[in-house]
Amino acid sequence: MRSRKNSVVVSCVLFMRMTLVFLVLTVMCASVFAEESIAGNEKNQTLAPQPELSAVLTSLSQANLSQMPNLISAMEKLGLESTDPDMHRIIMAIFQAQLAGNLYYRKNEKQLVVLRKLDSSYEVLDPLSQKVLAFETKGQLQKIRVNNRLRKNLNASLARMTLLSPDVGLRLQAVDQLMTHSTDENLSLLKRARSNETDSTVREKMNIALALAALDSTDLESKQQAIVTLAGSLEPLVKAKLEAKLAKDDQGHFVEPNKKLRAAMQQALTDIEFKRRVYAFIETLFFGLSLGSVLLLAAIGLSITFGVMGVINMAHGEMIMLGAYTTYVLQTLMPDAIGWALVLSIPAAFVVSALVGIGIERGIIRFLKGRPLETLLATFGLSLILQQAVRTVFSPLNRQVVSPQWMSGALHVNPVLSITYGRLYVIVFSFLIFVLLLFIMKRTVLGLYVMAVSQNRDMAKAMGIRTEWVDAMTFGLGSGIAGMAGVALSQLTNVGPNLGQAYIIDSFMVVVFGGVGNLWGTLVGGLGLGVVNKFLEPMVGAVLAKILVLVAIILFIQKRPRGLFPQKGRVVE
Amino acid sequence: MKIIPFKKVLVPLLVVGSFSMAALVQAADTIKIGVLHSLSGTMAISETTLKDTVLMMVDEQNKKGGLLGKKLEAVVVDPASNWPLFAEKTRELLTKDKVDVIFGCWTSVSRKSALPVLEELNGLLFYPVQYEGEESSKNVFYTGAAPNQQAIPAVDYLMNELGVKRWVLAGTDYVYPRTTNKILEAYLKAKGVSDKDIMINYTPFGHSDWQGIVADIKKFGSTGKATAVVSTINGDANVPFYKELANQGVSAEDIPVVAFSVGEEELSGIDTKPLVGHLAAWNYFQSIEGKENAAFIKKWHDYIKNDKRVTNDPMEATYIGFNMWVKAVEKAGTTKVDAVEKAMIGVTTPNLTGGMAKMNKNHHLSKPVLIGEIQDNGQFEVVWETKGLVEGDAWSDFLTGSKDIIADWTEPTRCGNYNTKTKKCSGQNF
Repeated sequence: MRSRKNSVVVSCVLFMRMTLVFLVLTVMCASVFAEESIAGNEKNQTLAPQPELSAVLTSLSQANLSQMPNLISAMEKLGLESTDPDMHRIIMAIFQAQLAGNLYYRKNEKQLVVLRKLDSSYEVLDPLSQKVLAFETKGQLQKIRVNNRLRKNLNASLARMTLLSPDVGLRLQAVDQLMTHSTDENLSLLKRARSNETDSTVREKMNIALALAALDSTDLESKQQAIVTLAGSLEPLVKAKLEAKLAKDDQGHFVEPNKKLRAAMQQALTDIEFKRRVYAFIETLFFGLSLGSVLLLAAIGLSITFGVMGVINMAHGEMIMLGAYTTYVLQTLMPDAIGWALVLSIPAAFVVSALVGIGIERGIIRFLKGRPLETLLATFGLSLILQQAVRTVFSPLNRQVVSPQWMSGALHVNPVLSITYGRLYVIVFSFLIFVLLLFIMKRTVLGLYVMAVSQNRDMAKAMGIRTEWVDAMTFGLGSGIAGMAGVALSQLTNVGPNLGQAYIIDSFMVVVFGGVGNLWGTLVGGLGLGVVNKFLEPMVGAVLAKILVLVAIILFIQKRPRGLFPQKGRVVE
Repeated sequence: MKIIPFKKVLVPLLVVGSFSMAALVQAADTIKIGVLHSLSGTMAISETTLKDTVLMMVDEQNKKGGLLGKKLEAVVVDPASNWPLFAEKTRELLTKDKVDVIFGCWTSVSRKSALPVLEELNGLLFYPVQYEGEESSKNVFYTGAAPNQQAIPAVDYLMNELGVKRWVLAGTDYVYPRTTNKILEAYLKAKGVSDKDIMINYTPFGHSDWQGIVADIKKFGSTGKATAVVSTINGDANVPFYKELANQGVSAEDIPVVAFSVGEEELSGIDTKPLVGHLAAWNYFQSIEGKENAAFIKKWHDYIKNDKRVTNDPMEATYIGFNMWVKAVEKAGTTKVDAVEKAMIGVTTPNLTGGMAKMNKNHHLSKPVLIGEIQDNGQFEVVWETKGLVEGDAWSDFLTGSKDIIADWTEPTRCGNYNTKTKKCSGQNF
């Protein structure tokens, strides 16, 4: 009885708590909405656009490409010198819209508008009041054109205007822009901005920009100071300028007459070049690891099936291709959640390719035990069948697989080293797969059976292990891993019926080089081949690099036919 | 043995007989047109639409009543981006299917494969794609651009309008980019560009790992001098190339890429946001305004039943080539290759940019040259064009080996590589 009373009390208290929370939330939301509506009212009461701005906007809508640069300078001047704080913001918004290709002109109302694309429709905004206007068909709108030269002007103007922006990222971009176009006006702007600059990274960049300009001056003191500032900077413009200053002109005289200054510049240049070489090495290493991780993913499934069953599976490339197509299918089914489609396609591709792999084993390989040549032919024929099946079901043309936002772009560590996100995620992904596979092999029952069967099949049979089941599961596992490799590859390369063909040769190379059936061998082999390929590429070109790697593997196999890490205890046929 | 009464056999015999007679009669009454384009493999992205264009033109001609009183029949084969297979399929088209003309090929290596077969069996090929020149065969009509109608004007635009001082020549590793880059290198050096301001790079077909190369391009273009990439990359390798450029932050304002083998069709399958501002040089763009072009685009959309399919320069070249062939056949009164080949010289037909195309005696056309900027909808915006038509020059004036050579298939020369200095014909001489 008491417990029931207690429970009633508890639920009452709970109910009261919930009501209280609900009330608080409602009040908060109401206040936020109230604020917004106040702000909205304020916006509606914006000052009417200045007459100069209206005039400029009208001419913007009627100007052709060659008249634009002058107009843009006039608008920039208005934005920088006006006392109205909104003017700055409005003009920047117009520039940004024009850069993005969203600036249009409404022919009927003779008004400049900014187009904003929502998921399946468009929204038209008045740049002056930020109000959404009535939307009509796109036919009523005429695009304000822009070309590469105009984009340069727009970027330069925006840079000058964002130099005092509250956002650090925008300020940094602005300084970058102004560094490449070091006119007197830009330099004086930089000087003024530097005195108010609070962020150290931005200030450092400003110092470098000003030091670069100071190198052109005639004052010895400022030049020496400039060289001290520029020492150790990895900005490409610094290297170019120092090299230009240390060069000889047409008559054979040094551009910089002062010997001491030249020595100082040479020292700075040597330091910079050393630093650049270090970062270039790291970058090439990253590229090599990235290529190596792709090779690892593609080859590791093959290594397992080859190691356990001695079966040369020529259809392995098609398992990769099926994984890539699974990603495509999931993306078509979930067009609004590209990122989630990609994540879900990892287990989905594993399942699809594993099922196909088990089907191949049960249907074809099982009957060809101990006949490697027939297995080779049969799986080769199967690869052709799978390719044609995909061509018939989907299309002979490539399918478009979209990369989600978080996979595009790069991390710019410094001006010399950028790490692309897509490739970084693929490296991490392949290491995770490797660790997972190691775990399966070393710690699960399946792994134990697989190792037993691959070391001594008859003995394993005698111990009561169902070798037929192990064979099927191994094939499924190897194919499933290939499927997951396909998901990774779909982000890096074209997805088409021939995707598998491009990777089957590379997979065999890695397996043969690293040692059959050995996971660590595949890891070292894959990463090693990737790194070697990437280091050779800048020296001899992509085509020759691949040839040289192949020749090196052939020579290596002469010395060590079983690969880097041969499997011990394997019954060699 | 049972005796079957003749009556029972008569009707089936008559039916079978009449069908086979009809089939024979049908077969004899059509003019066969071969379509030799890759419908699978790395070049399928570019060539499939050309097959559809030829089928559309055949359909249209048949609606007009056919040619010389007979219907046209298209024979489509798929050489699958496999270059030796192009030669096999050409042989099959000429010997087994007995076609009177072939519309086909895209890569120069596919054309070079098919060439000996065409010359051996006296076939006729209309080649609709821009190429490297250094060739003029009796059996081939080149309706695409020669280097002086695409590559050289593009380099001129970059040099004069954009002030480019450093050049990256990036191409796929086969004959077209190798020869074009040879010509461009000679041209740039003749204009005073030094060796260290030119970077040349080749990659295999379908190359997908562009990290190192794009990093090199970035480094090459970061010296403060305006840099541009002249791209002869072919096929689906373009997709990861542009993707990597975008990923590493190389925008069109920093280092513009002008491509010779990227058109509306190649752009239609990819996300063009990162490509906006990059350039292409062609003799036709879908965005060109004009009656002829609007009519062609409408015809194309009605035929293919898909408003989203685009038109491009090789389609215009196929259109011109087909119309010219029809006119030449009507002029010669027969489809026999020797007669048609002679009747082709001087044939004119409207092009889709508002002018007239004329077949010159070197088997090349006169074409306008246009430079377009990629827009985010996959179309091109023309930013520059030549004042008039440029006559196609098969043998480049910038290579020492071909400076003095011309192609002239009219009497009395009848030669594809005729040396004007030594007055000798080396190669095909008829």
